[in-house]
Amino acid sequence: MSEDASETFRTEVRTWLEENCPHEMRDGASGEDAIVWGGRNWKFTSDAQKLWLDRMADKGWTVPNWPVEYGGAGLDRAHHKILIEEMREIGARVPLQSFGIWMLGPALLAFGSHEQKLQYLPPIARGEVRWCQGYSEPGAGSDLASVQTKADSDGDHYIVNGQKIWTSYADKADCIFALVRTDRDAPKHLGITFLLIDMETPGVTTKPIRLISGKSPFCETFFDDVRVPKANVVGTENRGWDVAKHLLTHEREMISGGGQGLLGGRALGAILSAQENGLSDPVLRTEAMACEIDALAVALTLERYKDQAESGGGVGDASAMLKYAGTELNKRRHELMMSAGGADALTWDGKHDGLASDWLRTKANSIEGGTSEVMLSIISRRVLGLPA
Amino acid sequence: MSTLLLTEDETMLQDAARGFLDGAAPVSHLRKLRDTGQTHDAKLWAEMAQMGWTGVLVPEAAGGSDMGHAAACVLAGELGKTLVTSPFISTAVIAATALRQVATDRARDALASIAAGDVIYGLAVDEGHKHDPEGAQLAARAEGNGFRLSGTKGFVVDGGNADRLLVLAKTDAGLTLFDLPADREGITRTGQNMVDARDAATVQFDNVQATGDDVLGAVDDAMTVLRPALEAGQAALSAEMLGLSAGAFAMTVGYLKERKQFGVEIGRFQALQHRAAHLWSETEITLSAVRHAGRKLDEDPANATLAVSLAKARATQTAKLAVIEGVQMHGGIGMTDDFDMGFFMKRARVATEWLGDYGYHAAKVAAARGF
Repeated sequence: MSEDASETFRTEVRTWLEENCPHEMRDGASGEDAIVWGGRNWKFTSDAQKLWLDRMADKGWTVPNWPVEYGGAGLDRAHHKILIEEMREIGARVPLQSFGIWMLGPALLAFGSHEQKLQYLPPIARGEVRWCQGYSEPGAGSDLASVQTKADSDGDHYIVNGQKIWTSYADKADCIFALVRTDRDAPKHLGITFLLIDMETPGVTTKPIRLISGKSPFCETFFDDVRVPKANVVGTENRGWDVAKHLLTHEREMISGGGQGLLGGRALGAILSAQENGLSDPVLRTEAMACEIDALAVALTLERYKDQAESGGGVGDASAMLKYAGTELNKRRHELMMSAGGADALTWDGKHDGLASDWLRTKANSIEGGTSEVMLSIISRRVLGLPA
Repeated sequence: MSTLLLTEDETMLQDAARGFLDGAAPVSHLRKLRDTGQTHDAKLWAEMAQMGWTGVLVPEAAGGSDMGHAAACVLAGELGKTLVTSPFISTAVIAATALRQVATDRARDALASIAAGDVIYGLAVDEGHKHDPEGAQLAARAEGNGFRLSGTKGFVVDGGNADRLLVLAKTDAGLTLFDLPADREGITRTGQNMVDARDAATVQFDNVQATGDDVLGAVDDAMTVLRPALEAGQAALSAEMLGLSAGAFAMTVGYLKERKQFGVEIGRFQALQHRAAHLWSETEITLSAVRHAGRKLDEDPANATLAVSLAKARATQTAKLAVIEGVQMHGGIGMTDDFDMGFFMKRARVATEWLGDYGYHAAKVAAARGF
């Protein structure tokens, strides 16, 4: 993109945002309360929130880099970056966030049929359908390919039976993308199918799991003789592992900070300054500096990998590194913030509202989407070529 | 800003540099110099000049190749991989950047000499055991139209082989940077027996005469010229340290794949796999910081302090990890002088201290980030 073209686009974006972003949506809020997840049962907290989503969706700017025919705006990275910069400039909230945008969308774009893309992507882009991810099971955590939830053939349908666990927001989602076993005799990676299931189908039930953070973002999801059309298979039957892996790389990027959902931004510096004695403790100050240095370098690495993906180079297994580094850093950052907060941070509410809960939540970062240890094993084998 | 990927030109430069250095200056070259008590290879330096490397930051009008800081970092990285002994950073990066800040005929001639490979510069800034340019005490007393310099500089990298010295001195109302011939009367250089087997000298100034012509930039205002030069050097040194880390890491991973204990390659042990994977992650993250520093110096040099200090801070930590793990994972052989890993460890330690250690640069990052 030429300098001129980029400036023209920037001016267009700025003007449009000025005219269309409601003032209530310019507070830069990114906390849990400010997030719009969308879906059939979504309750907007204000008219402005809905207006902002609708206007952005009409522009294709909820998913700016998706093709126009699927609800996006077809922006390349340079244009996308300008849009993000201009939104930040006025403190515009992200209009819509979802697992549909971060995970299912990219997987469908890579593996879905044209009909599936037309059917599923635009409702994700407009925030009309909310998806959740059915991967882990009680017996399949780090060893994800051991999933046992079975889908038996019955004409042009499958009959699904089994249980998923750690299904984020399953109780609030409209649909689930799930890994199911369609061939019990094949090697475990070759009998898995990637299946889309409507949560309203008879036989699907969910049960929230209360976590140490006091919140219940995860659920158990049960399938009891659930009939699912075979047309809902993404990719090929028994080759769902390929789709799952592709999607996992996006999930890892999201958890490592590529998305804006899970790591949303408490700044270390802000907490330190809020505490009168936060900076006078030399040990804490030193650790905070070290954390800041690593955080800046990790952010640049994310930037570099995006450059690489944009240039067609692909990121591949290096996403395991981003996931490992990003999540370990986030845990470290929250430990420091808790130290800086001291006794003030020990209540569930109060001066650093929600910090304690966030701190506890970060402990899952290095478990979900593949543990840090699994990431290191992936790097070791696939990047360094060490023997298994 | 440009991307954090190498451009096509930079990739070609990198490939050419690697190809040349693998033949002309593998680690055994450093070993040979050390074993014969030498710290410089004039033939190698002349070849580097011929390829345009010494002129990497010299304007084309002065005979340079003017490829920029990102390219200088590419070269420094390749030099680091095999621990190449040369005054590249002190001369082609630091001195060239300092001289570029000054629009005099003398500076242009000096730049032309650097591009031609005819001159070696040493940087006489530090005095104590830690990098602290602002704390320089060496006095340049005004006398008539000139100055008299008295005091001692330590850790003058490439100072023993240098033809000229950039000397930071205290003047009446601030600090002043001088560009002096190393053999001027009153200057005594004493080579130090450095752990990395490279050149660093202690330089004594005994009532050394300097004129206004010897001043680089303005009197009492050294930093206008010196700060960009130091930052350029710090970025290139970060790149060298990252190259060094990559060199040590490649040896280590190679060893994990071939060394057998308990009947299997030791690379099968998860304890070692995860440490190797962690080390690789650290080098990847530091690479981004180093690339960013080079880009920032090329595109927005007035605001590059944060980027440069971030790179140097990360590079010191990564290099330390790479050489410590390098020795540990090699086991006993890593402790022997016959094996190369020790060279990497010693160079990493010296490069860590030169131009500011982790604490020095962490403090700069913290200040820039408002901590």
